[in-house]
Amino acid sequence: MNAVKTNTARNEKWQRYTETLRYAKHVMFHPFDGFWDLSHEGRGSLAAAHTFLVMFLLTWVLKLMYTNFQFINAPVQYINIYEQCASLLIPFLILCLSNWSLSTLFDGKGRFKDIYMAMCYALVPYILIQLPLIAVSHMISFDEASYYTVLMSISTIWSLFLAFVGLMQVHDYGPGKTIIFVIATIFGALVILFLILVFFSLLSDAAAYFISLYREIVFRLH
Amino acid sequence: MKASVRLTALVMALMMILPLGAAFAVTDGYDSVYTYNYDYWDDYKETPDAYRVEQVIYSPTLGLETPMRRPQSLYVRGNDIYVCDTGNNRILQIRRSGDEYALVRLIDTINGAEPATFNTPSDVFVDENGSIYVADTNNNRVVMADKNLNYVQSFTKPEDSTFDQGLSFLPDKLVADTSGRVYVLATNVNKGLVKYESDGSFTGFIGANPVMYTMWDYIWKTFFTTKAQRAQQASFVPTEYENIAIDREGFIYATNIVFDEYDLIYDNAKPIRRLNAIGNDILIKNDWYPPIGDLHWEEQSQDYGPSKFADITVLDSDTYIAFDRTRGRFFGYDPQGIMLWTFGTKGNSNGAFLAPVSIEHMGNDLLALDENEASITVMTPTEYGRLIYQASDQYLSGDYDGSADTWREVLKLNANYNLAFIGIGRALMRQENFKEAMDYFKMAYDRDNYGRAYRYYRKEMIEQNIVWIVLGVAAVLVVPLIIGCVRKMKAEVEAYERRQNKYRA
Repeated sequence: MNAVKTNTARNEKWQRYTETLRYAKHVMFHPFDGFWDLSHEGRGSLAAAHTFLVMFLLTWVLKLMYTNFQFINAPVQYINIYEQCASLLIPFLILCLSNWSLSTLFDGKGRFKDIYMAMCYALVPYILIQLPLIAVSHMISFDEASYYTVLMSISTIWSLFLAFVGLMQVHDYGPGKTIIFVIATIFGALVILFLILVFFSLLSDAAAYFISLYREIVFRLH
Repeated sequence: MKASVRLTALVMALMMILPLGAAFAVTDGYDSVYTYNYDYWDDYKETPDAYRVEQVIYSPTLGLETPMRRPQSLYVRGNDIYVCDTGNNRILQIRRSGDEYALVRLIDTINGAEPATFNTPSDVFVDENGSIYVADTNNNRVVMADKNLNYVQSFTKPEDSTFDQGLSFLPDKLVADTSGRVYVLATNVNKGLVKYESDGSFTGFIGANPVMYTMWDYIWKTFFTTKAQRAQQASFVPTEYENIAIDREGFIYATNIVFDEYDLIYDNAKPIRRLNAIGNDILIKNDWYPPIGDLHWEEQSQDYGPSKFADITVLDSDTYIAFDRTRGRFFGYDPQGIMLWTFGTKGNSNGAFLAPVSIEHMGNDLLALDENEASITVMTPTEYGRLIYQASDQYLSGDYDGSADTWREVLKLNANYNLAFIGIGRALMRQENFKEAMDYFKMAYDRDNYGRAYRYYRKEMIEQNIVWIVLGVAAVLVVPLIIGCVRKMKAEVEAYERRQNKYRA
């Protein structure tokens, strides 16, 4: 009896997960409506958002490794997958954090979770276009690169547009205010980076202090 | 400890900002490597030696009573080597027979010239008839003599309004083309090369270096400086060339050593130029990077910095070789501007140079003049260097299969040689072996040729498999259609039966 109950609960969870995944399609084509419902009506889920982020990282890595050499200039022998992932993930999270910290101060409606979710859903066009493009790159020659580059730019512009609309709807801002906040967010991210640097620097100073203290004591004891 | 932690933090922070930047690491092996080449990633790759030193000619070798003093220039015509022994105001003529080098004559006077002797001559040129041209710097003339050293004419300061009459005429380097026109590179003249007709008349300047300044320089100078300040500053003037050479077609190769380092990599500096008759640069640059010599260098220490070409020489195959003063290196480029090899270093041993000033070629052999050592280094191609020349020559003469075979030999000696991959790929493409050609082009990162080969390959594949492709498309389009039809018919039949049943009931 209990087993059946958990089973149905698991089923329901799975259903909700797939539903929120499929909701990305609606967000892609109806961004204004889609992003509003995403957070305000609870039609998106964090699980789906995580999935998109992982897919995005996967797309990036696959693109670096398997795109035909005609279209990409990636020094495969030097690429470190973890480094690549970190170099995408860390700025992404810092930007989300910076946006959240600024918008909470200026009556943005979104919580951190909402911002993160909206940003992840905005990545979907990038994934859906770039993944097949890896295969396409092996079917066309260098002279036909324009097809490839056009699709590349479409995917990027679409995703950026979605991110913009996402921020607008999540915080319930107007377009002008969103633009100002996008700029402010970038500066905020730089400030966070600076704080991280200062933190590391202070930490190393503190560590050096205790190390020299220890050395001094050891020296005196002998 | 403290520093290393801070460094780690900094590196981590930088990694966040510059996603790819940290991924490129460049090793500097200048101290240990003699011959090398640059690969697609701008990393240097050690290669077999392309040239070896055959002999180094010093003054005692030639039995000179007065040793050479600060010689400035070399010229080669046939088997004769002419050395401009600047410090002794004379020209040496040395004849090569096999590996013997013997002094033919010392040229220090010209019969009938006024004055008859030289005063710090800095360059010598000999034309097909044996006439000798000497850039006699401190006598303010280029003097021309026939092969018996009888005075013919001299080229002096142009009496023309385009030439600043306040300047003294100090010819530094010269070349002459087959019809006897003389091009002179003169110190203090920044309008380009001074050009004379064969009768000695001045006909203008060619190939002035374009003036280089940035937009910021211009704005600063125009709006933010006073007239007095502007008078103090250097004005935007073109720079002079360092050296010139002429190829068999009459194009002038010029080297330029005055530029900003950051202009090199974006090819604004153009340290090597090929000037046509109206003075435009028509050098072909088809490599991944422009012909600028070394791609990496250290900033500090006086021996480091960008390559600065003291001289250049052009082989009969249009391959040109520039001689780098900074690190005593030779840079060989093929007519397409692709680097063939680089070798050389600074030092006292054979094959190393202290103060490179001039380079000439005799066939495919190279002769390099060192000012401080007062020595001429004669180098001959090794097996590897010879094969590279042979493969290019075979390709140019239309023997494509032969050239591919030679390139295969090159690959046995150096498996990292890009030109060899491209050469073999081209030959394979002519044999319509597109798949294999693609593999070779891919190894050389040659996008254009790969794309071309791939288009042929794709066409071939489609032609061979057209039946399957049509069937596949048909299957995708027709099968759902049939399924739809069958379903529809079934539904109609069922509906009909239901109706029948209803009537029956």
